[in-house]
Amino acid sequence: MSLTVDVRHRLGNFTLEAAFASAGGITAVFGASGCGKTTLVNVIAGLIRPDFARISVGDTVMVDTAHGIDLLPHRRRIGYVFQEARLFPHLTVESNLAYGEWFTPKAERYAARAQILDLLGIAHLLKRRPRDLSGGEKQRVAIGRALLTSPKLLLMDEPLASLDAARKAEIMPYLERLRDEVKIPIVYVSHSVAEVMRLASDVAVLAQGKLAAFGPAAEIAQRQDLVPAEEAEEGGVIIDMQVAAHDAGFDLTRLSSGAGNIYVPGRLGPEGTPARVRIRARDVMLALEEPRNISALNILRGRVAEILPAGPSSVNVRLDCGGAAVVARITRQSASALGLVPGTPAFAVVKAVSVSGPAAEPR
Amino acid sequence: MTVFTLTPEEWDAVRLSLKVASVAMIASLPVGIAVAWLLARKEFWGKSLLNGIVHLPLVMPPVVTGYLLLLTFGTKGPVGAFLAQFGIVFAFRWTGAALACAVMGFPLMVRAIRLSIEAVDRKLEAASATLGASAMWVFLTVTLPLTLPGIIAGMILCFAKAMGEFGATITFVSNIPGETQTLPTAIYTLTQVPGGEAGALRLTAISIAISLAALMVSEFLARRAGQRIAA
Repeated sequence: MSLTVDVRHRLGNFTLEAAFASAGGITAVFGASGCGKTTLVNVIAGLIRPDFARISVGDTVMVDTAHGIDLLPHRRRIGYVFQEARLFPHLTVESNLAYGEWFTPKAERYAARAQILDLLGIAHLLKRRPRDLSGGEKQRVAIGRALLTSPKLLLMDEPLASLDAARKAEIMPYLERLRDEVKIPIVYVSHSVAEVMRLASDVAVLAQGKLAAFGPAAEIAQRQDLVPAEEAEEGGVIIDMQVAAHDAGFDLTRLSSGAGNIYVPGRLGPEGTPARVRIRARDVMLALEEPRNISALNILRGRVAEILPAGPSSVNVRLDCGGAAVVARITRQSASALGLVPGTPAFAVVKAVSVSGPAAEPR
Repeated sequence: MTVFTLTPEEWDAVRLSLKVASVAMIASLPVGIAVAWLLARKEFWGKSLLNGIVHLPLVMPPVVTGYLLLLTFGTKGPVGAFLAQFGIVFAFRWTGAALACAVMGFPLMVRAIRLSIEAVDRKLEAASATLGASAMWVFLTVTLPLTLPGIIAGMILCFAKAMGEFGATITFVSNIPGETQTLPTAIYTLTQVPGGEAGALRLTAISIAISLAALMVSEFLARRAGQRIAA
């Protein structure tokens, strides 16, 4: 189902202005704190009444200020997962989950309870109270509660921001399964490059309330200028690939795509399983000749497409490898020593252990 | 007859006091919740006036409140005369005592509930709305349950105030044994007649026992409700 958003809203001397349309999947809204991400999702949910907005999901118009349409939040059927879970403290997990389901007309219920409990791994928590849950469990229950309303659209406002790294890693696989198994559009707000690049199909980048860029995740990922300074280390590319083979002896999975083969550690599911990898620019080395007798497993053949400055002493070199892009951050000195210019054939070298893939299957 | 046995009149006073206080508490609860919610959540013209009127009985001499009730709800008063057509009479009836107690206890009840509503996390109410609950359902399923400790506290405060109400009651509905003579007015009467000290002491002891029991019950209920909603 498609999602169309066109919003203009003034709050004091801050103006939010954003318009984009996504065909479905996860649309990440990405930007630094205070750029208007939460305001945007609150407008979509109907919790803020905007000066101007046109928002539709599929063929349901949620709000169209020009035509006087403005559905109340409880009539929008938009699931909302908040940053702080917001479970009802006076209800058990089971009642929290049933809460939204109860308000959904029977004819419009599509969410299968057993399947969602299983997808999120929360079936054993039903009798507990929210105060007895860990942060990660709370967030999973909150996601389940939103899904059980059989929403037309799911909003997730930094669902991992209040969790530590271990809890994040615990939830991430559930979010990946959610993306692959739930056939509704999801708007995922985040300020983390890693989260956005791992999950999103489209990315909307907000800066000071304005839409700085919008497009497919793989395209936005190449734009190193959109990566915030504090996360510069995380800049890189994503490549959507498929599982080609698994080497049980060394426990490595070979992924393939037009760009060539990439090896990642662990087992990522049966042959043909889609798998997205993220390669950070700082983890990529460049060579003019195909390296031999080198420990790095991944060597991609390509051609220099673009060289952009990345600070006083380094540059980002974008390589076109069979249609996929790989960005390497190297020193200006190396770029000059290798005589890199657009068109130069080159090899990108990446260690298998520095490629971030989807969660490997438990062994 | 021993010192520990109540006379039939004294029993009447105890029973009547419990009835008057219970009716005052229960009848003012829905209005109390509504007013507390208005004061906690809504901005409207005349809000401070409403707030002032609600709290007036707390600061006015009770005799004044009783006299105003007599002027308004008495048989010749505007509201009293109107209601009398439908057979509803307050003047010199136990219902009048309940009205006087309700008016006197109302500010305490509203105050406790209002503070409790203000403490409810509005983010939970927003979450409830996104889950499909209309404003009425949000109130019934989120706001009200989370306000429960405050509601219990407000009810007990109102009940306790009603048990002890003297000035407004005696001014409005007088001190008629069996009809409007509550514990405090009965104690007052007993202290005014020779040989009434024993009766006054008995009723005083009962008064203390009831107040103490009400407090303990409220503590218990509020703690249980508080545990349920603790995040």
